[in-house]
Amino acid sequence: MIEFPEVISIPLADWIDTIMNWLLTNLDEFFDIIGFIILQVMLAFENFFTIVPWFVIIILVFLAGWKFLGKWYDGFSFALMLFAIGTFGYWDLAMRTLSLVFAAVIFSLLIGLPIGIIMARSDKAESIIKPILDGMQTMPSFVYLIPALMFFGLGKVPAIIATIIYAVPPVIRLTNVGIRTVDKEAVEAALAFGATPRMVLFDVQLPLAKPSIMVGVNQTTMMALAMVVIGSMIGAKGLGMEVLLSINRIEVGRGFEAGISIVLLAIIIDRLTHSFAKNDYTNSTEK
Amino acid sequence: MSSENKREVSEAPSSGPNVQEDSSEDIEGFIQVRNLWKVFGRDVKRVLSPKMRKLSKEAIQEKTGCVIGMREISLDVNKGEFYILMGLSGSGKSTLIRSLIRLNEPTSGSIIVNNTDVTKLGKEEILDFRKTTYGMVFQHYGLFPHMTVLDNAAYGLKVKGLPKGERYAKAMQSLETVGLKGWEDYYPGALSGGMQQRVGLARALANEPDVLLMDEPFSGLDPLIRRQMQDELVELQGKLQKTIIFVTHDLHEALKLGDRIAIMRDGSIVQIGTPEQIVTEPADDYVHEFVRDASPAKVLTAGTIMQEPEVLLYAWEGPNTAIHMLQANKREAAFVVDKTLRLLGVATIERLKPLASEKKKNAKIPPEAIRGVPTVREDSYIEELFSIVNANPYPIPVTDESGKLLGVVKTDTIFETIKSDEEEKHD
Repeated sequence: MIEFPEVISIPLADWIDTIMNWLLTNLDEFFDIIGFIILQVMLAFENFFTIVPWFVIIILVFLAGWKFLGKWYDGFSFALMLFAIGTFGYWDLAMRTLSLVFAAVIFSLLIGLPIGIIMARSDKAESIIKPILDGMQTMPSFVYLIPALMFFGLGKVPAIIATIIYAVPPVIRLTNVGIRTVDKEAVEAALAFGATPRMVLFDVQLPLAKPSIMVGVNQTTMMALAMVVIGSMIGAKGLGMEVLLSINRIEVGRGFEAGISIVLLAIIIDRLTHSFAKNDYTNSTEK
Repeated sequence: MSSENKREVSEAPSSGPNVQEDSSEDIEGFIQVRNLWKVFGRDVKRVLSPKMRKLSKEAIQEKTGCVIGMREISLDVNKGEFYILMGLSGSGKSTLIRSLIRLNEPTSGSIIVNNTDVTKLGKEEILDFRKTTYGMVFQHYGLFPHMTVLDNAAYGLKVKGLPKGERYAKAMQSLETVGLKGWEDYYPGALSGGMQQRVGLARALANEPDVLLMDEPFSGLDPLIRRQMQDELVELQGKLQKTIIFVTHDLHEALKLGDRIAIMRDGSIVQIGTPEQIVTEPADDYVHEFVRDASPAKVLTAGTIMQEPEVLLYAWEGPNTAIHMLQANKREAAFVVDKTLRLLGVATIERLKPLASEKKKNAKIPPEAIRGVPTVREDSYIEELFSIVNANPYPIPVTDESGKLLGVVKTDTIFETIKSDEEEKHD
C-alpha cells in the first residue's frame, strides 16, 4: 500500500487524444481557413519588412523613438541597436522574427481586447475567464506547440498560433483591470446624462483604461517575442532558429550573437510600446 | 434586471394610482416620492411583507440577512425649491438621490417627477428621461480627465445628439455662468478642486435640466472654497430657480442653502422642515443632537426675534409730546416714525429739549432732532446684527423695503438667543 493504486486511474491523456482526433477529422477545413488567414497577415508583414530597405527601417525606428520617447538620443540608440543586429548578419532573420511577432500581436489584440471588455462588464464572465487565464499562463509554453503542430503542421502558422495562446492573457487581464478601475463617478456621470452602455465604453471607460491596456499590449508583445523564439522549434524561421542551431552545434559565439540580437529587438519593442502607456492629462493644451 | 422584476412583483398588491391619469392639478410636488424602499439582499420579498416592514433595521438584518437602504420614504419637492437631504453616512441619502435618477433601482415604491413615474420607465425610456430632466453633480466631481473642460461641459449635450457647434456654444455659456471663461481648453487635472466642481456644475447646467441633483458636491473642498461655492450657488439659484435636490452631511451647509431640509437616519426620514423649524423644533432627540451645534445666530432671522417697540414717537405730535412721552416711560430716546409708519430715526431728550423750550406751537418734531440709525430687514440673520449692536447703543429697528418699521430687536434679546444655545452645549 505504499504506492498509489494503479486501479484508480483517470485516462485524461486518452480523452484529450480522442478529442484532438475528433477535432482533426471533423474540423479540418475550419483550421485550414484559420491557418490561411494567419499566414496571409504574416506574409504581409514579412513582405513589408523584407522589401523596405534596411536603412529606411532604421530611420523609421529612429523617428519613432524620437517622437514617442521625446528625446532624439533615444531614437538614436534604437537605430544603433538595429544597426548592430545588421552587423551580426542577422538583419533578414530579425525582420522575419519581427513579422512573426507583429502578426501574433495583432491577433492577440483582436481576441484579447473584446474578451477583456466582456470580462470587465460581467462578474460572471470574469469568474469564468480568470481561472482559464491563470491556467494558460502557468502552462509551460512548450505544451502549446503540440496541439498547434497537430492542427497546422510544421512552419510559421502553428508557431503564431502557439504564440497567440501564450501571449494573449496579459492584454485580456489588463483590459479588464483597466476598465474596472476607471473612476466610478466618471462612469456614473456619463450614465446620469443618459449615455448608453456603448457610449460609456467608448467615451469614458476605454480612454481612461488606455494606459492600463497599453501596459497589457506591451506585455503581450514581449511575451510574443519570447514565444516566437521557442516557436522556431517547430520550424518558424527567425532568430530563435539560430539559437537552436548553435545549441545543437555548440557554437557559443554564434549563439551569443543571435541571443543578443533578440535582446536588442526586445529592448526596442519594449521601450516603444511602453511609451504609449503613459498618459498625462494634467498639462494644459497649447493655445 | 432582477431587481426590476422584484419591484414590479412587490408593487402589484398595492397597484398604486397611475399618475398620468391621476394628476388632476399641479398642487402636489414637482417631485413626489411615495413609500420608497430599497432593500439589499436576496430575500427582498420577505422583508417587504407586512409583518417584517414594521421591524427595526437591525431585526430585519438579523432575520433575513437583508440590509435596508431606504425605508418607506415619502416626500414632495416643489418646483424651484432648494431641497436638502441631510444625514450621516449610511443614512440612505445618497441611495435616495441615486434612486431618483435610477442609478440605483429602488425595491418598491414610486418616484414621480414631472408627472412621470420614474420607477416604471423601461431601459431606453430612462435614458431619454435622464437626458431631458436631470443634471447631476458628484462629490468627487466625476469629470472626464481625458477631455478638455469644454468637452466635459458639453458631454451631456453630446449624449443628447446636438451638433458640435451648438453644443460648444451652450457649454461655453454654461462655463461662463459658473465663472470659468478662459479655462475651456485646459484639462480638468490642471484645475483646483473648487474649479473642477464648477466644471461639474457647468456640465450639469449645460443640459438645462428641470432638476439638479447634487450629491455632496462641496464635501471634498476646503472650508473657505466651500463657503464661497455655497454663496455662489445661492446667487445662481436666485437667477436660475432650478429644482435642486442637494445631499449633504453638513448641517451648516443645509441651513444656509436649503428652502427645506429632510433629515434622514437609518434609511428613514426623521423630519422635514424649513431650516428654522429644524433648529427651533427638532422632531426628536436624533435631530436635536444633530442641530445642537447649529448657532441660532446663523439660522434665526431678525424677524423671528423682533418685538413691538415699547415707546414710539410720531413725528407729527411735536417735540413737547415727545419729551412727555419719553419722560413718562423713563426713556432717553425712542424711534420716530411718520404717518405711514416709515422710520425716520432716533430722537433723544437731549436733542428735543432745546427745540421744545422755544414754545413755538411746532406741529412736528423738527428733522434736526432726529438722527438716522442703521436698520435691518426681516430676513437678516442675527449674525449680521452683531456689528450694528457693537456700534450703536439703541435697539435695532427692523424695516421693510419701503422703510416701514416692523419691530425692534433689543440687544438683550440677541444675547439671550445666543446664550440659551451656549448653555445647551454645556449640558
